[in-house]
Amino acid sequence: MSNVNTAVKICGVEMKNPVTTASGTFGSGREFSEFVDLSKLGAVTVKGVAAEPWKGNNAPRIAETYGGMLNSVGLQNPGADYFIENDIPFLRQFDTKIIVNICGHTIEEYCAVAEKLSDADVDMFELNISCPNVKEGGITFGTVPAMAEKVVSEVRKYCKKPLIVKLTPNVTDITEIAKAVVAGGADAVSLINTLLGMRIDINKRQPVLANKVGGFSGPAIKPVAVRMVYQVGKAVDVPIIGMGGIATWEDAIEFIMAGATGVAVGSANFANPFATVEVAEGIERYMRENNIKDLSEIRGIID
Amino acid sequence: MKFVEYGEIVENIKIGANAYKMTIVLPKISAEAKPGQFVNVYTGLGEMILPRPISINEYDAEKGTLAIIYQVSGKGSEYFTTLPVGTEVRCVGPLGNGFMIDNEIKKNIIVGGGIGLPPLVELIKHLDGENHVFIGSRTTPILVERLEELGAKVHIATDDGSVGFKGNVVQLLDEVKPEGGMIYSCGPKVMLKYLAKWAMENNIPCQVSLEERMACGIGACVGCAIKIQKKGESDWQHLKVCKDGPVFFGDEVIWDE
Ligand SMILES: Cc1cc2nc3c(=O)[nH]c(=O)nc-3n(C[C@H](O)[C@H](O)[C@H](O)COP(=O)(O)OP(=O)(O)OC[C@H]3O[C@@H](n4cnc5c(N)ncnc54)[C@H](O)[C@@H]3O)c2cc1C
Ligand SMILES: Cc1cc2nc3c(=O)[nH]c(=O)nc-3n(C[C@H](O)[C@H](O)[C@H](O)COP(=O)(O)O)c2cc1C
Ligand code: FES
Repeated sequence: MSNVNTAVKICGVEMKNPVTTASGTFGSGREFSEFVDLSKLGAVTVKGVAAEPWKGNNAPRIAETYGGMLNSVGLQNPGADYFIENDIPFLRQFDTKIIVNICGHTIEEYCAVAEKLSDADVDMFELNISCPNVKEGGITFGTVPAMAEKVVSEVRKYCKKPLIVKLTPNVTDITEIAKAVVAGGADAVSLINTLLGMRIDINKRQPVLANKVGGFSGPAIKPVAVRMVYQVGKAVDVPIIGMGGIATWEDAIEFIMAGATGVAVGSANFANPFATVEVAEGIERYMRENNIKDLSEIRGIID
Repeated sequence: MKFVEYGEIVENIKIGANAYKMTIVLPKISAEAKPGQFVNVYTGLGEMILPRPISINEYDAEKGTLAIIYQVSGKGSEYFTTLPVGTEVRCVGPLGNGFMIDNEIKKNIIVGGGIGLPPLVELIKHLDGENHVFIGSRTTPILVERLEELGAKVHIATDDGSVGFKGNVVQLLDEVKPEGGMIYSCGPKVMLKYLAKWAMENNIPCQVSLEERMACGIGACVGCAIKIQKKGESDWQHLKVCKDGPVFFGDEVIWDE
């Protein structure tokens, strides 16, 4: 059998394989480590971390949809200090890279968390710009190019590590936002975050989620995600971490062909706790069987 | 320690108006299980990506089997009724912490409402004291014989008065006025809310086993939030029903909203 190299490099950081976890679906890896050897993953992307603890939204926060789900967790998290003290030492026991996902309600809050984490032992930052800007009437940072560029360029100042900016799909033209964040200093982009969705309980005549609306994810959203990764790949020249409905290695290869360097497994972890490792192993098998020595041979091969 | 196990179904039968009992061969999970814990049961169907959390009704570590009792309340549970003996289902467990058992107590009050009854069966096997079980049910309840077989004294309240006391289970408690050192309970949230209030008024510590919508069931997604205010703390916090619960003390739960 031929030797294959599953490793990929994102902004100088080498991952042993392209597979990471989608933020918020895997906690800090602690719980899933009972089932999955985290050392088999290219990186673990942790749950969104804010400068101070966030309480999140009221329950119910979860609803199932056909082939997918809605969540309105509201980024509940115990804050950056807790993360530094508890989660980094835990994850460093494994041979995997750490991507810390950060969030805020204002540019100041984003900068505060980036500053708190600036000397922390993590490999990359992922900036979640799908949060509402409370100073601008709650408009999502990631939906207005100028606002997206501004938050990225401000956070960039505190970030000593590569900065991945995570794009929201809830926009008319995602390539405009991608160009704006690259102009602001993004070293890479990840996409897609959840699509805004809603479910109504027809017996109770009220929304299923206490927050009324929530983020739509899972296999059902995959075609939208593949399309957006493809479009962004054509529009900007930075590495892409693709996600949105990845449940199998075939899904991951689709994203890589669309232009992704890394791939993240999210909601599929709920359907199958082994999903991440199965995707990683499947990619390697696919490479052997097709005599692909390096993923660059198939990355972005779609015209 | 939690396990992902593919278990063979050895029994899947109807035991009540809308109650089914499924016994599954799950040696690892049943060896580790404690009363009040639950398992995630997966349909394995692409359209239903989330597991169904179901309480462990009884387990037998020697035989390596575990039983769940479920009602049909949607697509997933409906699908479970169609699974023939011999089918393999994926389960993850045991999940949650289960009940906090205090065997210093001589008299236990156990309260189950509707489909909240099943986990209380395993519980009473582990309680040394006298067990007084109070059941609230819409109509004829399930599991009464099994509870009596295990030595429990059973009191029944039904909404339609078809069996026992006519009314709800908290009204029945008011009627019987049982004494006891601990209440262990599981059932619909409204019932638990009024039970917790009753317990406070009667000065009896009360453990309630709660439900919430879940995605992971293991504490990773923060989907299953419940507002808890711990004794001596000045503010409430969102805890996870799957990992911090599903059993909490009734007087620590913030019920209203
Ligand atoms: C800790 C715990 C223990 C439980 N124990 C039992 C038990 O022993 N027997 C039993 O019959 N039921 C139990 N339930 C409720 C059971 O999880 C739901 O009845 C079941 O998930 C319904 O699935 P469905 O596909 O039939 O319904 P659908 O309405 O089609 O389900 C859609 C989604 O909502 C979720 N959901 C629906 N109802 C509930 C609910 N009440 N609680 C949590 N999630 C829900 C499902 O898991 C699924 O993700 C328990 C719930 C929890 C949280
Ligand atoms: C329960 C849940 C929590 C999430 N939390 C976060 C988060 O904290 N930060 C973030 O950037 N994205 C978050 N996401 C979005 C995912 O990381 C991912 O972008 C999205 O779910 C699409 O991928 P999937 O279809 O594979 O789940 C969350 C998604 C889910 C389902
Ligand atoms: S269901 Fe995921 S944390 Fe409880």
